[in-house]
Amino acid sequence: MDFALSEEQLELKQAARDWLADRFPLDRDWESTEDRWAELAELGWLDVAEAGLGFVEEALLLEELGYACYPGPYIATVGFALPWLSAEQRARVGAGEERWSVDVDGVPWLGSVDFVVSDGGTAYPARGQEVASVDPSRPMGRLEKADGEPLAGNRNLPRARTASAAEALGVAQRALDLGIEHAKTRLQFGKPIGTYQAVSHPLAQTYTDVELARSLVYWAAWCVAEGDERAPIAAAAATAFATEAAVAACERSIQAHGGIGFTWEHPLHRFYKRALWLEGFGARPAELRLEVANALLE
Amino acid sequence: MDLRDTPAEAEFREELRAWIDANLPAEKRGGRGGAQRFEDPFVREWSRKLYEAGYAGLTWPKEYGGAGAPYSFQAILYEELAAAQAAAHVGVIGLGMAGPTIIAHGTEEQKARYLRPILAADEIWCQGFSEPDAGSDLAAVRTRAERRGDVYAVNGQKVWSSFAHIADFCILVARSDPGAPRYRNLTYLIVDMHASGVEVRPLRQLTGEAEFNEIFFSDVEVPVENRLGDEGEGWQVAMTTLLHERATLGFAFTATLDATVGRLLEEARERELGPRLREAVAREWIELQALRYTNYRALGAYERTGVPGPEGSAVKLRWSEANQRLTKLARELLGPEGILDDGWWNHQQLRSRGNTIEAGTSEVLRNIIAERVLGLPRSR
Ligand SMILES: Cc1cc2nc3c(=O)[nH]c(=O)nc-3n(C[C@H](O)[C@H](O)[C@H](O)COP(=O)(O)OP(=O)(O)OC[C@H]3O[C@@H](n4cnc5c(N)ncnc54)[C@H](O)[C@@H]3O)c2cc1C
Repeated sequence: MDFALSEEQLELKQAARDWLADRFPLDRDWESTEDRWAELAELGWLDVAEAGLGFVEEALLLEELGYACYPGPYIATVGFALPWLSAEQRARVGAGEERWSVDVDGVPWLGSVDFVVSDGGTAYPARGQEVASVDPSRPMGRLEKADGEPLAGNRNLPRARTASAAEALGVAQRALDLGIEHAKTRLQFGKPIGTYQAVSHPLAQTYTDVELARSLVYWAAWCVAEGDERAPIAAAAATAFATEAAVAACERSIQAHGGIGFTWEHPLHRFYKRALWLEGFGARPAELRLEVANALLE
Repeated sequence: MDLRDTPAEAEFREELRAWIDANLPAEKRGGRGGAQRFEDPFVREWSRKLYEAGYAGLTWPKEYGGAGAPYSFQAILYEELAAAQAAAHVGVIGLGMAGPTIIAHGTEEQKARYLRPILAADEIWCQGFSEPDAGSDLAAVRTRAERRGDVYAVNGQKVWSSFAHIADFCILVARSDPGAPRYRNLTYLIVDMHASGVEVRPLRQLTGEAEFNEIFFSDVEVPVENRLGDEGEGWQVAMTTLLHERATLGFAFTATLDATVGRLLEEARERELGPRLREAVAREWIELQALRYTNYRALGAYERTGVPGPEGSAVKLRWSEANQRLTKLARELLGPEGILDDGWWNHQQLRSRGNTIEAGTSEVLRNIIAERVLGLPRSR
């Protein structure tokens, strides 16, 4: 039993953190849709199997993409759609030529992708009416179901869910880090606000949420990667916990920031909206917990 | 990362399971803890059996009666004991706090003298830290330890000391140099609870039981060789104890929670529950898994350094809150019977209120996380 990340995994995570911090800093142009997809292909992130890596590594990348609030359809393509695709399609994804998403309950991620998986295994060109979502970088839509082609692969729900959980973990960590930074530097009544327990204790609570979420996400990711029979329940548990933790982390961080946290200018709302999106796309936490209960109580 | 047992771990787990099956009678499973720990002679017998089989002090050095095993074995032991609803070793304070502190700071003589009897359940320990005017603010203790030649004369009062009424030794933090600055004025002593001048008065808790006590010391002579660490270094030694209290016990806590969640699931399976209660049960199971895997992640660091990090505070904090929610939920599941004293859930729920106070209150743990983990400025 060894639940620590390996040296290579830690290096990958750090490299991803640095690369993303350079290209997607907090003071970037948030309206820009530039997602540097071709560079992701070069980095090998779009086809980690090529480098002999697996889903645990993908989950680590997703965590970092969440930490940076990355705007492109990585989670849709690699997190959600990949298991449906044939070897040829995966190769095109790996080369950065195709971007995919999936349809959940009739609401696909339509913006910025080429194809959408729908109807339990049919690929449609991503055409239809776009509808804005709470996270502007993730426009949803009503798919125009024409020219569908059957897909070779299969659905992997635990994998898709764990992808959301991993991204949510990164969002939660970032919201916490922003809150800590602010609590250390903002002075009121002549002292840093972090000296007030009414400010520091919610941040401490977020820290415990983040640590527990991380444990569940890595557990679920490992189960998915290994095809462990606990993958469905672990993924449901991790997703329910991590997406709720991310939303709560952002809400506490906004509160700790005061007025600046409520502005459009401050980046916190971008993370908050990403968290809300992750919590709302697919089964919601309460439904996931009912699934867990069904598995435990049958 | 690999969550599977290694071949050595799998073998250990299998042997252990067989051993538990052979040694733990069905009617002794699912005990409720609390005063049962010292009222039922079986718990001591069971502890001795654990020692004889090599399962007590699994990670302690071999020369002192331990097995020198890796921490992952300890995790397996906790898991399997929880699955069998087995009683914990009676030496809670000795195993979780006094022992690790002696291993870290003790002299060769102290290690040779004290460690083995802790494991064998021959000697019970208690912790004399809290005082009437020094609880969260441990550094403010006023019990005096005055050097008189080869002994320290100890005078003062401790309170809330669990198991003191059955204890043979006490780990005591006392003020040795009233003139020295805070954090430099304390000394850490091993006190013989049978020495003259030691008086123990049990305190009845809100559960109705008396697990903790007041201890009065009047001119108790403690030989200088019973000091752990240097004179004036008591605060540093006490920090080791507290890190272990929160982290090593974090594993033990999670194991107890594991057993309690198992029981909650049994109750839930016997009833037709609506979605709200089903969801609430799932939430507690999820929290348990989160604590379990957080412990596993901490194992790596622990294995390398032998010292638990301040992150252990997070596990203690979340465990205590989980146990409180979970035992309340059980009352709800039981319906109208939930207010009856069924001997088990009723006790667990009442006892759980102490969880957010003992071993550092939740407020103090949040301070520790804020200051030592998140690096926020001190609140005091
Ligand atoms: C079941 C049980 C077993 C125990 N066993 C032992 C034992 O074996 N040995 C031993 O030495 N002690 C033991 N204790 C004592 C325990 O460690 C203390 O009760 C605890 O440290 C709190 O101290 P106190 O009771 O003096 O409360 P106080 O420190 O007076 O705290 C009162 C309230 O104020 C809050 N508070 C205090 N300081 C701060 C702060 N800086 N910031 C925010 N909030 C603050 C606390 O969180 C608490 O809510 C036990 C307690 C219990 C309940």
